Amino acid sequence: MTRPKHVEVRDLRLAYGTKEVIHGITFDIHRHEILGVIGPAQSGKTSLLRCLNRTIDFTPEAHVSGIVKVDGEEVRRTRDVYGLRRKIGMVAPLPVGLPISIYDNVAFAPRCAGMSRKADLDAIVEQCLRQAALWEEVKDRLSSLGTKLSGGQQQRLTIARALSHQPEILCLDEFSIAIDPVTTMRIEDVLKELRSHMTVILVTNLTQQARRLADRTMFLWNGDIIELDSNAVIFSDTPKDRRTHDYVNGIFG
Amino acid sequence: MKPDTPALFTETALVRRKYRQETVAKWVFFVMAAAMIIPLLLIVGYLMVKAAPSLTLGFLLDVPVRGMTEGGIWPAFVGTIYLVFISLAISAPIGILAAVYLNEYARDNWFNRVINLAVINLAGVPSIVHALFGLGAFVYAARFGYSILSASLTLAIMTLPVIVASTREALASVPRSFREACWNVGATRWQTIRAVVLPNSISGILTGVILQVSRAAGETAPIMFTGAVFYKAIEKGDLFAYGLHEQCMALSMHLYTISTQVPGVKESIPYATAVVLLGSVLLVNAAAIALRVYMRSRTKW
Amino acid sequence: MSARPKPGPAPARPQEPSPPAPEAYSFAVRSARRPAWSVWGERALEGAIYLCGISAIIFVLSIFFFVFKEAAPVLVGGEFSLTEFLFSPEWYPTSEENKRYGVLAMLAGTFSVTALAMVLAVPFGLGAAIYISEFCGSKLKETLKIVIELLAAIPSVVWGFVGLTVMSKLIVTYTGAPVGVNILNGGLILALMSVPIIVSIGEDSLKAVPDSYREAGVALGATKWQLVRRVLLPAAKNGLLAAVLLGVGRGVGETMAVLMATGHAVQIPHGILDSVRTLTANIAAELGEAPAGSDHYRVLFLTGVLLFSLTFVVNLGADLVVRGIRKK
Repeated sequence: MTRPKHVEVRDLRLAYGTKEVIHGITFDIHRHEILGVIGPAQSGKTSLLRCLNRTIDFTPEAHVSGIVKVDGEEVRRTRDVYGLRRKIGMVAPLPVGLPISIYDNVAFAPRCAGMSRKADLDAIVEQCLRQAALWEEVKDRLSSLGTKLSGGQQQRLTIARALSHQPEILCLDEFSIAIDPVTTMRIEDVLKELRSHMTVILVTNLTQQARRLADRTMFLWNGDIIELDSNAVIFSDTPKDRRTHDYVNGIFG
Repeated sequence: MKPDTPALFTETALVRRKYRQETVAKWVFFVMAAAMIIPLLLIVGYLMVKAAPSLTLGFLLDVPVRGMTEGGIWPAFVGTIYLVFISLAISAPIGILAAVYLNEYARDNWFNRVINLAVINLAGVPSIVHALFGLGAFVYAARFGYSILSASLTLAIMTLPVIVASTREALASVPRSFREACWNVGATRWQTIRAVVLPNSISGILTGVILQVSRAAGETAPIMFTGAVFYKAIEKGDLFAYGLHEQCMALSMHLYTISTQVPGVKESIPYATAVVLLGSVLLVNAAAIALRVYMRSRTKW
Repeated sequence: MSARPKPGPAPARPQEPSPPAPEAYSFAVRSARRPAWSVWGERALEGAIYLCGISAIIFVLSIFFFVFKEAAPVLVGGEFSLTEFLFSPEWYPTSEENKRYGVLAMLAGTFSVTALAMVLAVPFGLGAAIYISEFCGSKLKETLKIVIELLAAIPSVVWGFVGLTVMSKLIVTYTGAPVGVNILNGGLILALMSVPIIVSIGEDSLKAVPDSYREAGVALGATKWQLVRRVLLPAAKNGLLAAVLLGVGRGVGETMAVLMATGHAVQIPHGILDSVRTLTANIAAELGEAPAGSDHYRVLFLTGVLLFSLTFVVNLGADLVVRGIRKK
């Protein structure tokens, strides 16, 4: 591969207490690609994302070793962890509308970063809500509570919030488990548009979703990478590893 | 067992005994619960009846006369208000911030376990030991003398655990997912607390502050030797009667004094004082409970 | 969900500006910087939060320090003997020629009143906790919990006053005791005061027993009573023990109520109708008359150190027990 590396992971190990959940994995993510991450529950997908933006720091018993580089900068040595987190947009599995207004939900991250001009904030709020395909539904009630939206709307609000700090990398962690298929399709359309200016890591339990959207897909199982290759290989009849074939075709998992 | 025989559902002697046992158990426990509530109601009722001759607005606004054997309780009432609010002004910020530390910043290590232990211990220190501490530390060592300041500081430290405990509970009730959502977008811990945690726990914190008011108002021992006096002459109805470095009367202390130390007090006066003290404390508590119930009914998530 | 436009690509999208090219994509947020006052203000505030966080340690240590500091000179004075202090029942602090400072009688007073209070309060408190947690409907439950909260809020001086007036009259009438202020009176009052703690912590620990235990019990056809006895009480054992310990802590440390209700006689009691004086009441009664700096004054502070240590041990025990539950 000649494309520039956006994220480099080298021998990443993660243990909660004495239980190791990621056993030394190594991979790269290229700029402006969509990387699908598939694998059964408990295989370390969410933990991997939390190592990327270092929110793993908030789990006291977690112990991380190995190297994670974003833009060539090692995340565990970074001077500005908040800047790092703003570089990475994170969408959690369950939609979380913060109990503040819709406007404040989206303007929260820019404000934390230090932006305070109303005009700038207004522009960002509108841009992000449009990108998340939510603007038309909420533009008349930006001051109502984020928690009062429906589940699907809250998930799009979460995406808008993840975009609000203008990340270079967008991580989606099983974003579709709490929303209906129609909303899922709309968000997938959104993702296709976003890929032109950001790298997307799509963790999903729906292998077909990874097949539809991703350029490359990684099969993570029990904290090990079983296979990471382009979709053409992973979803072919002859992936390198038999287990990938079985998982993708629903024979186990 | 044959599931299709109707005999399964008829009462056997064993089943009847089980039901009887259950009913008996229920009533025994009910009586136990009632045994602590009914005496209380009777006592409150009795206090009210005995106090009735003195319970007027004038009693509240008057000053005690004839060696405290007659008259009202105004100086004591005002003194209590002073003590409560000054102690509150000291302990509420410290207590709230301490709870924020314990709930939001502290990791689970030995040092923070020691802090937890200290809070629990502070709650368990006998009130008279607080009084000794106040006397040794504020009256003598800090040279504040016997004053409202010394008494309020003593009260503040004594009631600190109340507010720490209730604030922690309020903070802990804010779901962790909100905090994680904030951390994910690059908010610092404090930005997270300011934007999401505090606004959603403010009612619980307020409840704690109100509970602290009622606790501070009722305490006697800690103020007895640090700033409260048996008698101090002030103007009837004067709200700004005391200075920070003066001694004051207090309702709880006044009740103790007139019921044990002063002979020949008109019979209904101690009862009325007790009713006023009890009534204020319970009223404040009821307000806290009402606030909590109201806020719980309109949670935002 | 009903107001959503029809599925598929949203109709609004064609009018939207086409997504900006990577170059045009603004990174205004990333170049934004927080103003210095905001960063430093946050740091200062976090410093204050940390200070307040450790304040509890500072306060506990300084309570011990200042109380001990006032007491210490008497320990090295020579005339005072710690053995006599702990094991002699003779308390004559104001005697002219032969001052004696023995707190055994007061210790006996404290323990007898506390023990009686616990004998009364523990069964009733735990019974009430079980009733509230397992037997009553949710409306009644809420009401009872509020009543208990109010019960816990009653100031100790009011309890003392009740002991002095209502309870002592009742005791004189029904037992024929010469005075109504005695161990029985103090014990009853203290029991009424400790019950709310025992109930609320006991109820918490019963609530902490997972519902699956209850469901399993009910599925096996157990009655509520069998459920309580065979499943809940063993499972909640530690919490109930902690509740009792905290009740003891409250009993040992209570001042005003026992000061007014136990009758002030410095003696080793022989029956529950004897008057006694507790450690706390002794300090409250005599501190006002002991000249600052005198041996008498210092011995009272030493009594404070003793009380502090007693309650420390009891509370530590309760905390360890509670921690034991959480670990599980």
